[in-house]
Amino acid sequence: MASALVAQSRSPVGRRLVGALALAAVLVLLLMVPHAGLYYVRLADDVLIYTLLGFGLNLVIGYAGLLDLGFVAFYAVGAYTYALLASPQFGIHLPFLVILPIGAALAACFGILLGIPVLPLRGDYLAIVTLGFGEIIRILLNNMDAVTGGPQGVMMIDAPRLADYALISPRSFYWLLLGLCAVIGVLVLRLENSILGKAWAAIREDQDAARGIGIDTVRVKLAAFAISASIGGLAGVIFASFQRYVSPESFTFNESILIVLIIVIGGVGNILGVITGAVALIVLPELLRGVAQYRMMAFGFTLAALIILRPQGLVPRSFGPVRLLRWLLAS
Amino acid sequence: MASLILQQLVNAATIGAIYALIALGYTMVYGVLRLINFVHSELFMLGAYFCYGLLALGIGGIGPAPAFGVTIAFFAVFALVGSVGVTIERVAYKPLRSATRLAPMLSALGLSLFFQSAVQLIAGPQPIQFPSIFPSARLTVGGAVFTTTQLLIVVLAVALMLLLATFVSRTRLGVLVRAVSESPRTSALLGIDVDRAISLIFFIGPGLGGLGGILYSSYYGIMYPTMGTIVGLKAFTAAILGGIGSIPGAMLGGFLLGFVEVVGTALLPVVSHGLLGTDYRDIFAFVVLVGVLIFRPTGLLGEQISEETMVYKRDY
Repeated sequence: MASALVAQSRSPVGRRLVGALALAAVLVLLLMVPHAGLYYVRLADDVLIYTLLGFGLNLVIGYAGLLDLGFVAFYAVGAYTYALLASPQFGIHLPFLVILPIGAALAACFGILLGIPVLPLRGDYLAIVTLGFGEIIRILLNNMDAVTGGPQGVMMIDAPRLADYALISPRSFYWLLLGLCAVIGVLVLRLENSILGKAWAAIREDQDAARGIGIDTVRVKLAAFAISASIGGLAGVIFASFQRYVSPESFTFNESILIVLIIVIGGVGNILGVITGAVALIVLPELLRGVAQYRMMAFGFTLAALIILRPQGLVPRSFGPVRLLRWLLAS
Repeated sequence: MASLILQQLVNAATIGAIYALIALGYTMVYGVLRLINFVHSELFMLGAYFCYGLLALGIGGIGPAPAFGVTIAFFAVFALVGSVGVTIERVAYKPLRSATRLAPMLSALGLSLFFQSAVQLIAGPQPIQFPSIFPSARLTVGGAVFTTTQLLIVVLAVALMLLLATFVSRTRLGVLVRAVSESPRTSALLGIDVDRAISLIFFIGPGLGGLGGILYSSYYGIMYPTMGTIVGLKAFTAAILGGIGSIPGAMLGGFLLGFVEVVGTALLPVVSHGLLGTDYRDIFAFVVLVGVLIFRPTGLLGEQISEETMVYKRDY
């Protein structure tokens, strides 16, 4: 595809024009989404939530190379933080903007809590412990009826308010999520290029060598877990305020797997890959609605096929947002 | 009191034997390919469904089946699920052998979703009552009541495990399997057909897992498309507990996990004065899992791995 585009526009000026037009088209598309039908706005909200989750998990898997199969636990921590602090469950009704940082901070604490015992583990072992951790959190949510409402979950959660404006419609959430994705996206990109990001890359490529050149692997790994968990917590708070209902059903092992698949099919360790993966994996099941009863079967088959045919993901790791912009705009 | 303990021990042995049988598939595959075969839990589920289908076809109805039909069904399920396992390895794992370790794990998860929804589509998502394929007379020994089904499950599972142990340690093909799991590269240099050994492992492991599915479903009298998920995770825990890659370890781990789970569930409401109920049953496996991996990642009978990196020393 890339070579075809290049061939179309041989002259540098034409090339730049095509690039600028493509960029403008994406921006216009993003602005047009709220004017489309409610179904499409909801779909876009879903894509954005999973993009956010993907950004978070990508820090741990893509940058630091630690396979986390229990990411949904942090998502659940964020969601239940909002659910319990802004609902009749305990009669507490804190404002949205107060809970947002609390949810993120609490998730970060859980991230460190998980991070400390698994510090010496790597690879498959780490994957399995994090998987177990995610399941333990879900079982606890399911069984601590007095606090979490058990399998029924927490209902009648407050609608979030920003100043005097109540966020109720999927459209307002679209803007909130789009803004948050942009902020987190830039943050993650800056992190990737920071000294911390370089340390993560070093650990990912060779932990012993990284320690050899003086990287404090403990601190750096815990930072990855904490930051990634806090992004998961943020997404959870927004999810709870959007659904206005949470139950353990939303935080199963399959959800963790979906997020891992998003970043792996998109292209691991790359923000563009996360976005591509989120769009692909959330939109694909919707496209398969035509074959309603075979939908999940076809989805599973496509996932396996995508991984087998393109194990490195749709977007190569080196093709980041900066290179995309340069490729589109520069001659 | 003594009868209560005996009763729980029998229950633990039954479920433990099933865990052990399934754990063998995880451990054998991991031993050779260093791969968590996530699709194994679905093969376990397929075993139960295949058996049901065969019995329904064979005797034109579901009722207490004649022993001959059941025996045939056991062999057929072993062969069928084994073939599915070999096909999965060829299609989904072999092309990814040089890719990152993450890729085969995820293609397995995709396939897992595929099998679950395929079975849901064909047999329906609702639980199906499983025919009682074993005679289910009640036995009372020392005050403990158990059924002949439980007894047969333990006997069959242990017999299968002994058979596997003999196969691996006494036969030529078994030597092949052991050599390849010791070091695929050296085995290839010595002229062993590594792909053949891997296919053999992907035949035996899933085959045993499928038989585990039959035993599980006849113990609980029920089967459903998602039954593999949680049992698979528990069997995997058993494999880790015993030391992943070790065949005797998987057997020991299965029985031990069954024991921890049954006794733990029975004791929990008593110890916590009714605060924590039996709902927490599923948490034991995961607590054991996390505990073992953190304090003794090699498991009980596992091979020595370097502590710092958790990478098998012989990989270097």
